[in-house]
Amino acid sequence: MTIDWTAFTPTTAFAGGALIGLASALLLLFNGRIAGISGIIGGLLERGTGIGWRLAFIAGILIAPLSWQLFSALPPIKIDAGYSTLIVAGLLVGFGTRYGSGCTSGHGVCGLSRLSLRSLVATLVFMGAGFATVYVLRHLLAA
Amino acid sequence: MKSRIIALMAGLTFGLGLMLSGMANPEKVLGFLDLAGAWDPSLALVMIGAITVGLPAFQLVKGRSRSLLKEPLQLPTSADIDRPLIIGGLLFGVGWGLAGFCPGPAIVATGAGQEKALVFTLAMLTGMGIFQFGARKTVAAQS
Repeated sequence: MTIDWTAFTPTTAFAGGALIGLASALLLLFNGRIAGISGIIGGLLERGTGIGWRLAFIAGILIAPLSWQLFSALPPIKIDAGYSTLIVAGLLVGFGTRYGSGCTSGHGVCGLSRLSLRSLVATLVFMGAGFATVYVLRHLLAA
Repeated sequence: MKSRIIALMAGLTFGLGLMLSGMANPEKVLGFLDLAGAWDPSLALVMIGAITVGLPAFQLVKGRSRSLLKEPLQLPTSADIDRPLIIGGLLFGVGWGLAGFCPGPAIVATGAGQEKALVFTLAMLTGMGIFQFGARKTVAAQS
């Protein structure tokens, strides 16, 4: 393993993570809800209860770039994947997060924060699958 | 109404955190998932930052049944480590590794006007819809 020290951004990574944690804490302490993005969107698609707060939360995420732009230039967003890959990946992420009851936020941030073994297992599984997929794409198929 | 304002603020904070941390940039995410290449460990610090703030919040609500806005605390009840958790996690992880997007960052990048992020997000919503269609059929078959 070689670490790419030029790409390593520990301060902004930790500070950004702390903001994500703060957002999850706000939603939990005031609204009593888990800030799991796939679950929040899933609840919208089910047209069940809590449509209002779910829409408000997603709207908040959507306007984050606009709010950022009031103060500073947007950080880089570089998407190398082609359209067909994006479609396959999107289908897998959408189906997989609902079938597995959570994603990086619900299982990763909130699940680990409440010391859930179930979420720890889920996080290890999707991270392991992510590592394996990138290994296959970049080091086996590309070689 | 108050809970919607909190949800909007939480979503905004969440989105800003994703941008600041680098999670909203698939190139950065894939740099973290590429253990065998030039590895960028930043995203491990995102997780640590988020849990540093999230963990005390989840400890605070332990044993309570209502939030600060007197809403019921709705925490996950399942502790099962079952097949859907593992298979869902695997599918999600493969999709994450293919494109470098998980649900939250895909929404932020869509808000930033990235056309490819919109394509991913639409595919993701379709994947969630397919899950829901399947789940409804399963429930109907069991009843």
